[in-house]
Amino acid sequence: MPSVGTLAFDEFGRPVLILKGQESKKRLFGIEAHKSHILAGKAVADTLKTSLGPRGMDKCMVSPDGDITITNDGATILSMMHVENEIGKLLVQLSKSQDDEIGDGTTGVVVLAGALLEHAEALLDKGIHPIRIADGYELAAKVALEHLDKIAETYPLDLKKLDPLINTAMTTLGSKIINRCQRQMAEIAVNAIMNVADMERRDVNFELIKVQGKVGGRLEDTLLVKGVVVDKTFSHPQMPKEVRDAKIAILTCPFEPPKPKTKHKLDITNVEDYKKLREYEKEKFTEMIKAIKDSGANLVICQWGFDDEANHLLLSHELPAVRWVGGPEIELIAIATGGRIVPRFQELTAEKLGFAGHIRELDFGTTSEHMLCIEQCKKSNTCTIFVRGGNKMVVEEAKRALHDALCVVRNLVRDNRIVYGGGACEISCAIEVAKEANKIPTIEQYAIRAFADALESVPLALAENSGYSPIKTLSDVKAQQIAQNNPRLGIDCLNTGTNDMKAQTVIETLIGKRQQISLATQLVRMILKIDDIRLPGEAEE
Amino acid sequence: MRGDLTTALNPIPLYKPGGGEEKAEIARLSAFAGALAVGDLVKTTLGPKGMDKILQCHMGDGPDAGRLLVTNDGATILSKIGVDNPVAKVLVDISKVQDDEVGDGTTSVVVLASELLRETENLLAQKIHPQTIITGWRKATSEALRVLESIAKNNSSNLEQFRSDLMNIARTTLSSKILQGKKDYFSKLCVDAVLKLNGKTDLQGIQIIKRLGNNMSDSYLEEGFLLEKRIGINMPKRLENARILIANTPMDTDKVKIFGARVRVDTVAKVAELELAEKEKMKDKVNKILQHNCNVFINRQLIYDYPEQLFAEKGVMAIEHADFEGVERLAQVLGGDIVSTFDTPDKVRLGKCDLIEEIIIGEDKLIKFSGVAQGQACTIVLRGATQQILDEAERSIHDVLCVLSQTVKEPRICYGGGAAEMLMATAVSQLAVKTAGKESVAIESFARALRQLPTIIADNAGYDSAELISNLRAAHTSGKSTFGLDMENGRIADMIQLGILESFHLKQQVVRSAAEAAEMVLRVDNIIRAPVRQRERDMRHH
Repeated sequence: MPSVGTLAFDEFGRPVLILKGQESKKRLFGIEAHKSHILAGKAVADTLKTSLGPRGMDKCMVSPDGDITITNDGATILSMMHVENEIGKLLVQLSKSQDDEIGDGTTGVVVLAGALLEHAEALLDKGIHPIRIADGYELAAKVALEHLDKIAETYPLDLKKLDPLINTAMTTLGSKIINRCQRQMAEIAVNAIMNVADMERRDVNFELIKVQGKVGGRLEDTLLVKGVVVDKTFSHPQMPKEVRDAKIAILTCPFEPPKPKTKHKLDITNVEDYKKLREYEKEKFTEMIKAIKDSGANLVICQWGFDDEANHLLLSHELPAVRWVGGPEIELIAIATGGRIVPRFQELTAEKLGFAGHIRELDFGTTSEHMLCIEQCKKSNTCTIFVRGGNKMVVEEAKRALHDALCVVRNLVRDNRIVYGGGACEISCAIEVAKEANKIPTIEQYAIRAFADALESVPLALAENSGYSPIKTLSDVKAQQIAQNNPRLGIDCLNTGTNDMKAQTVIETLIGKRQQISLATQLVRMILKIDDIRLPGEAEE
Repeated sequence: MRGDLTTALNPIPLYKPGGGEEKAEIARLSAFAGALAVGDLVKTTLGPKGMDKILQCHMGDGPDAGRLLVTNDGATILSKIGVDNPVAKVLVDISKVQDDEVGDGTTSVVVLASELLRETENLLAQKIHPQTIITGWRKATSEALRVLESIAKNNSSNLEQFRSDLMNIARTTLSSKILQGKKDYFSKLCVDAVLKLNGKTDLQGIQIIKRLGNNMSDSYLEEGFLLEKRIGINMPKRLENARILIANTPMDTDKVKIFGARVRVDTVAKVAELELAEKEKMKDKVNKILQHNCNVFINRQLIYDYPEQLFAEKGVMAIEHADFEGVERLAQVLGGDIVSTFDTPDKVRLGKCDLIEEIIIGEDKLIKFSGVAQGQACTIVLRGATQQILDEAERSIHDVLCVLSQTVKEPRICYGGGAAEMLMATAVSQLAVKTAGKESVAIESFARALRQLPTIIADNAGYDSAELISNLRAAHTSGKSTFGLDMENGRIADMIQLGILESFHLKQQVVRSAAEAAEMVLRVDNIIRAPVRQRERDMRHH
């Protein structure tokens, strides 16, 4: 059997087994392996294809525990698909790396990779060696990237005029379910980024932006809080629900009797010991409260729990307190309020306190759930996007969409060159690559031409998802691009009457597009170079 | 070569065994099937003549195995049936959110969403792109909400009128529940309870106590507060002008909390000494507590015999083991602090009330606090013949309280009995006529789905829905926008005269979340399943 592996026979005709347990192992090699890879890659890409563009559809994912996620974010879909096939897994990683690097365009990159694989299949059938195809793709990608740089435009980045940025964010949000309040969400994303952006370093620290969701209300109620929102409440029901001009002590030590870290035994052998310990315990609690009072704090945020007694002491000393605040949140609060995290009561001083102008409790609906909202912080550049929505899935999807939008805006802050979306830049690159192909003397030109065709798969999918006849729409746009020499023409997905993407303000970042093309090419090259798969087979019981 | 053959015939497994995907038409089919099934399931409970469902919990182990539940509350039904279909889960989720946000309308929201999806089936058969349908729906939703807002009335400035509005809303909400026989009585009860809250939406101040026995009409609103606890032995059972100290402190053996401390003694005599010391400590504590000059002591934790005896000697009433919620509520009601240390008696606010007495409801003794400082709290005592009736009555009362408290917050009202739905449907239909393009078909479908709600109400009551609905539509088209269904007499009537009112916030939320959920389902064209996680059987119960 060819799929088991090549067999060597000795002079008596008995097979020589080279690998351990060879009979049970599966093996694919040569052209057969290539074909199987391509098939798997195409299957994954086909699943994602329908999610592309503003009129793309969503996928409903059922997790192993039966929970539902509805999304059209490529990276999320793939990561929850539980793909088993090896090549499928590579595509999942491809989309993930696009997500990590750029944060958007995770669907596009997989669709492009799928198209490249599909076109490679035709070339393989022609008898072109996979390595030649891979080399051709590499050359073509270089041409495409150079062309992208040429057609890219520098985008005005002005802190006073945020409209252009909002338009870009709107392009990203256009394909998500929250496009009902696209403008509002885009504004929130842009404002959040502008709030934390470091314009000198041209960088954005994402850790300062927190996206928090809460089911209920409606999407329109989503808001940007210039401060921190934590899912916690005051430790004692009778503490005030609102604190103004709060000086915050941020503690990571529990309000409990001290626990020496070294192993010890404390034996109570007589009545005196017992009484002494009692006194000591009481003293400790009073000391802790005193330390806080002395520092001038009027609010305590603690990472750990409180003893009942301590809790009451805090109340009676008018120190509102919050307990069990998680690590990342406590850090965020510390950054926002300009306070220092204090690990020991003794080290608490007035300089280490954080400051916030207004702290209040928010309540929701008929359930008695509360959240704590810390606003007007000293260093106000931390912010929280507080997402509301009619059901759990919408809130989750809105969070993902906002993350994408945040990433795009950040990318613009880093590098303000842009290209036009709606398939415009892909078509333009395809034309350029096809032109270049004719100048190549070797067989790589077939591969380069195939690359040009593959680039067109994105506008094709866009047109198809929008309900147009894909080939006709694409050829119309392509003809127009060549005739007018205008790289801004794309697919008019929303049927607005113009296919000039500049007029429609459908904008994508240059680095996003560059990344898509180079990542997809890299992956396809890698897949084309694999000619042998060995599976471990069933483990023997 | 054999290689080609294997590639062609061997399917390449993409998913892990057990996982898989349903695409396009099949995915949509299973999505709609799930949504319609859930919609049809709760449909029959809609309206004043809607029916109830019996739910039987899982046989087998678990705390409420084999328990029976009779209800017509949409959220309760859906949360108990445990659906597997992914789309059905979306609908279950919106009914839960509706419950959390408004408290009622949990059935309507599911029915509206599933009717919207039923309409889509036809639209998709006409080859209309889902995204086009969604665009149409969005226009329809905003038109529906606009017209709903335009008729919403705000009577909160006129207190007399507002109170009667609240009564009407409570009656409307109750009319579809088990309490409908006594709806006037219970409406008054609930309105009284909610108005006591002074505009707060926190329902913690209203306590519902269920006791088996007697008749439902023996339920009553207790001014003041009931605690499901007993007074300790040898203590006064009745106390006037109570000064109450509410505490959360260990009164059993006050342990030394320092980590690692333990008792190690070598003789029995020492043990006795230590015991004495402990006793002394307790006595100290009790004395400190007594210094607060209180005559009632309520603790969240246990009180052991010894301190209890000490309290009894001083004539202080001690109540132990009030649960956490009880203590919080007590503190709120009595206006006292919850205390855990007792060194500063002058700083502690004591709770006050005029009279504490032990009363008997059915067979149980309860402690009643009357004449409390803050008049916000009250207790509703429900009586009924079976546990199921009591449970359902509690759910109904809870729904009404939620709706009322939300109405106090957002005082606008609109008309019930299908009037609001018909009004929206008429406006949306008009929009459809004016809109050019395929979207108008989707907008019209939205209107049809809205009209389904009164249709179902009429069907459930056993009337000729086709006749009634066309009459109603004619009435609305001719401008009688307050007309709705009168399910007592099987005709259409003016809802203002019948006093069938509903909260605007509730209606708004129903339309909004139903449209949102339907849109979400419609956008799905692929259902991808991960393999089900294999679980070890939980053996702890055996």
